[in-house]
Amino acid sequence: MATNDGGLSLSQQRQRAAFWFLAPMLAALFFVAAWPLLRTIWFSLTNTLLSDLYGGEFIGFDNYLSIRVLESGRVIYRGTLVDPAWWNAVWNTVRFAFVSVFFETVLGLIVALVLNAEFKGRGLVRAAILIPWAIPTIVSAKMWAWMLNDQFGIINDILLNLGLIDQKIAWTASVDTAMYAVLMVDIWKTTPFMALLILAGLQMVPRDIYEAAKLDGVNPIKVFFKITLPLIRPALAVAIIFRMLDALRIFDLVYVLTPNSAATKTMSVISRENMIDFDKFAYGAAQSTLLFAIIAIFVSLYIWLGKVDLSGEGQK
Amino acid sequence: MTAQKLLTNIAFYALVVVIVVFSVFPFYYAIVTSFSTGTELFKVNYWPKVFDWGNYESVLGGRNFVRSIWNSVFIATTTVVFALFLAVTASYALARVRFRGRGLLLMMILAVSMFPQIAVLAGLFELVRFLGIFNTPYAMIMSYVIFTLPFTVWVLTTFMRDLPVEIEEAAIVDGATPWIIITKVFLPLLWPALVTTGLLAFIGAWNEFLFALTFTSSETTRTVPVAIGLLSGASQQEIPWGPIMAASVIVTVPLIILVLIFQRKIVAGLTAGGVKG
Repeated sequence: MATNDGGLSLSQQRQRAAFWFLAPMLAALFFVAAWPLLRTIWFSLTNTLLSDLYGGEFIGFDNYLSIRVLESGRVIYRGTLVDPAWWNAVWNTVRFAFVSVFFETVLGLIVALVLNAEFKGRGLVRAAILIPWAIPTIVSAKMWAWMLNDQFGIINDILLNLGLIDQKIAWTASVDTAMYAVLMVDIWKTTPFMALLILAGLQMVPRDIYEAAKLDGVNPIKVFFKITLPLIRPALAVAIIFRMLDALRIFDLVYVLTPNSAATKTMSVISRENMIDFDKFAYGAAQSTLLFAIIAIFVSLYIWLGKVDLSGEGQK
Repeated sequence: MTAQKLLTNIAFYALVVVIVVFSVFPFYYAIVTSFSTGTELFKVNYWPKVFDWGNYESVLGGRNFVRSIWNSVFIATTTVVFALFLAVTASYALARVRFRGRGLLLMMILAVSMFPQIAVLAGLFELVRFLGIFNTPYAMIMSYVIFTLPFTVWVLTTFMRDLPVEIEEAAIVDGATPWIIITKVFLPLLWPALVTTGLLAFIGAWNEFLFALTFTSSETTRTVPVAIGLLSGASQQEIPWGPIMAASVIVTVPLIILVLIFQRKIVAGLTAGGVKG
């Protein structure tokens, strides 16, 4: 071995070492990510049942869409792609993702701008906004479920006292408000994360630029839109894509805050429900494969169109 | 001019107060609720009026919740140790060695951490059943690798990239092998990064819900989020809000204390990773 190594250049030696350093991690990721993903896709092409994982047969794309022409000439479409419940979940997820990320970005920007200013008690504010982030999602779902409780909830009490509503609202149970409840909790919980990412971008902006603008008497709002925003655009783009991906796969908050509500059921929730609760394992697998495909397409488009540099290699 | 400045200042501090109140109030209210029992629970109290440890006693007195805490501690700790162990060497290779396909590999690792977990659920379920670890902590330990490992690799890579080249060059000149460089040169410098990354991965594993919900079937094997999510009262209609809030406070207070202690490091780690913990 030693003589062999002697024949290799230093960089070749290092590359060989790098390979062995990477191998265990790659093996682990293959085992828990790539292989299960491939199996999920395979299951989506079969009629496997939860109770009999190995009894499934290959049925092609029937879980997605099957077209059968009856003798009478009637055509019957079946499968996820013609399932209204699935399209409802797609719509819920997309609506949730765009609305929540929009508000988180705007509010996150405001919080980040506040934290970027120098004032007494800044450390305290930063500590305070870390609290929603640190609270487990399930716990925040329960906390808010209690605050949003129709009979004894504090939110209804506050709104009644302020005269904003005439009667108590069943926030999480009512079809009209369930989505607002989910959005409220998600925005509350994730704005801090957004603010911290944006703040990191803001702190990269050299202070002299602001001072120069101030000396020239440029309006602060103009400074924000003409100087700050373009400079933090890369940080903002990365933050938004991370949040977007996270929002598109949301499961836990919806599952706990508004159980079984058709108004909030997302793609992840409906997939798991079919897979585990309804014993339509393969059908659920098909839905989760579709979710994966949607997210993959979305990310590729975003990176391609926005020319976002995620790897950080370009910064070197 | 000064009047306008005063006004701006007042508006600014008002905004600061609003931000702080919004952030802190829900948890504050959970604490207030957790100390109320009986009829007191169903009155809206803005300030703590009673201090009744009854909810805490009922949560900690039942054996299953304590059991859940231990399950979560065991699962999260094991997952983090395993992920850090694999990530240190891998991130050295990714940060310090130039090789073809490195950028692509980094993107793939990032892609895995951003995976919709539901997409692997069916395959993992089969794997868990096949290995005979359904309803055991090992099902969670195995499946949590999917988000802790990419995250730790990613963050440690960005940390390692920033270490000065000179240290490594000196070691190479002295004839140190890559393994020696990692263990003797980089590891001592990496401790702060390891603590931060480990803590963030720990929080991620501690909070995970989907896998823990799917891969457990009995109350004794539940993790904390599943236990709280499924905590139910004597009847379907009666939701035990008091104990739920007490349980929530119990599992959240340690997290908040940890986060506040490691505040600066966590912010650095989060922004380096850009991944939700």
